[in-house]
Amino acid sequence: MKRDPIYGMMAEFDTPTALLAAARRTHQAGYTKIDAYSPFPIEGLAEEIGFHNNAVALVVLICGIVGGCTGYLLQYWCDAVTYPLNIGGRPYNSWPAFIVITFELTILFGGISALLGMLALNGLPMPYHPVFNVPRFSSASKDRFFLIVFSSDKQYDPAGVRSFLEALQPRSISEVPS
Amino acid sequence: MNGEYNTTATTPAPVIEPGHTFASVTDKISSIVLTRPASNGWFLGFGIAFLATMMLLYAIGYLFIRGIGIWGVTIPIGWGFAIVNFVWWIGIGHAGTLISAILLLLRQEWRNSINRFAEAMTLFAVACAGLFPLLHVGRPWLAYWLFPYPSTMGVWPQFRSPLMWDVFAVSTYATISLLFWFMGLIPDFGTLRDRATRQWVRVVYGMLAMGWRGSARHWHRYETAYLLLAGLATPLVLSVHTVVSFDFAVGIVPGWHTTIFPPYFVAGAIYSGFAMVLMLAIPIRKIYGLEDFITTRHLQNSAKVMLATGLIVAYGYGIEAFMGWYSGDRFDSFTLWNRVHGPYAPWYLSLLACNIFIPQLLWIRKLRTSPLGLFIVSFVILIGMWLERFIIVVVSLSRDFLNSSWGQYYPTRWDFMTFFGTIGMFLAAMFLFCRLLPMISIFEIRTLLPQAEGKASEAAE
Repeated sequence: MKRDPIYGMMAEFDTPTALLAAARRTHQAGYTKIDAYSPFPIEGLAEEIGFHNNAVALVVLICGIVGGCTGYLLQYWCDAVTYPLNIGGRPYNSWPAFIVITFELTILFGGISALLGMLALNGLPMPYHPVFNVPRFSSASKDRFFLIVFSSDKQYDPAGVRSFLEALQPRSISEVPS
Repeated sequence: MNGEYNTTATTPAPVIEPGHTFASVTDKISSIVLTRPASNGWFLGFGIAFLATMMLLYAIGYLFIRGIGIWGVTIPIGWGFAIVNFVWWIGIGHAGTLISAILLLLRQEWRNSINRFAEAMTLFAVACAGLFPLLHVGRPWLAYWLFPYPSTMGVWPQFRSPLMWDVFAVSTYATISLLFWFMGLIPDFGTLRDRATRQWVRVVYGMLAMGWRGSARHWHRYETAYLLLAGLATPLVLSVHTVVSFDFAVGIVPGWHTTIFPPYFVAGAIYSGFAMVLMLAIPIRKIYGLEDFITTRHLQNSAKVMLATGLIVAYGYGIEAFMGWYSGDRFDSFTLWNRVHGPYAPWYLSLLACNIFIPQLLWIRKLRTSPLGLFIVSFVILIGMWLERFIIVVVSLSRDFLNSSWGQYYPTRWDFMTFFGTIGMFLAAMFLFCRLLPMISIFEIRTLLPQAEGKASEAAE
């Protein structure tokens, strides 16, 4: 696929409230390929741009269960199958003694999958991204709030998007080269 | 947020001083890393800590040549300083996870100012703790035998042993603490990348930020993952010191074989951990001018946590003493008698003073708001918690069932060098941390500001 030279149109806002309102109106106007950027998580912002559920919890659940099973089966296989030792006459499969490590591996697998799953679903690490081409975007990690309409949106036409964003009274508008 | 304080006449100190903006908190915290030159005091402090770290390496080097015979451990007291220090350090780490995970789930917003360096403290404390069992195995180069791996000998670990549980608990704890800390740092790495003026600094923080851009979709997944990690770390932190206490409680030595150990170890861990948090927070906020973010509210709350956990620890001592009498077991009651009248009695009495009596001063509001007073009480508590582990390990082992196997424990200079060396290593790591990473979570502080409230109702209009 040929790459579009323009990645999208970006508007800058001063407050989280303004960004929330702008995101809502943009989404209501029928733009679907949009995103918002903020220096801290804003409650409800993802919902305003039409993003409701994420798969992180499911990933962690699956990996946690896998971790727990791994923990138990590891101990069972070591102490009851391949290298059975008689310790004080206890059964080879002494499940009460296996609880701790089963638990620890559940946490370990779940915890690692929470971080890696979040990064993978977010497409990180990503050393290059077009939004960083906008010089003002460096404030997105400080005190400014940004809204972008991607050029891949089917309603996208540069003049129309610009005038629509201008109606939201942003601080500035810039076209994002890809 | 402040409902619980409304019963008192005085208004509570704010979590963050008024008047700050997104830009001012960002600049204030990131400038410590990016622009503030290292002072002579920093070099002096780091230099001393670094020398102590070198002393640790010297002690370890000599240990590798001669073996653990250079330590005071011998039969019957085979655990000595190594296990005392291990339990002490790992306990200190617990406050970091409590602050970052449990207080997050409980929506205690004040934790946002202190979680970052408390988590760093956890990591460094766990690193110090991990050294001791590793060295104590005698042949550290074979420590990997503890892990289940397909060896040519066909031998596998024995998972019914609490020592194996400990290996898994502590290594999981270290891993999860590192992940939690790193995850909290990702958005702040993005901030440092965007603020840095020098190219190589930008590149380093940029690589660590991994292209974080603060997208709403990313934040959504980030918050889910952060909460889940907190939810996983919460039972983990309670389990770690429980498992450490199993090392003792599953054994049959008098003074170890009790069911009160797990809860009382966990409470003691948080007790000593908060003492360490205060001992670090008080100088840091003063030196780096962070009183706006680490306010007297934080000091007060930490003091209250210490008071509460200290009382749980006192209850634990009480139950130990009660069970020594009530069980009618000769060995248990002798253990109790021996603690008060035996050769280690001065240490036991100092322990009671440090952990039970002196901390009761924290009931005084004036002390809870006085940084110097809190610093001193925290120091006393840290000493007390070290003594507690010493009493548990050494006194019980020195007087077990047979008089013929009684003994005394004499730590050597190598024991002390290793112990003080780990304190040096811990402090050296903290000194570096203060200069290289934002020691307060910038993005979480931004969410504490009143203007961070995105008003969905207003936005609708």
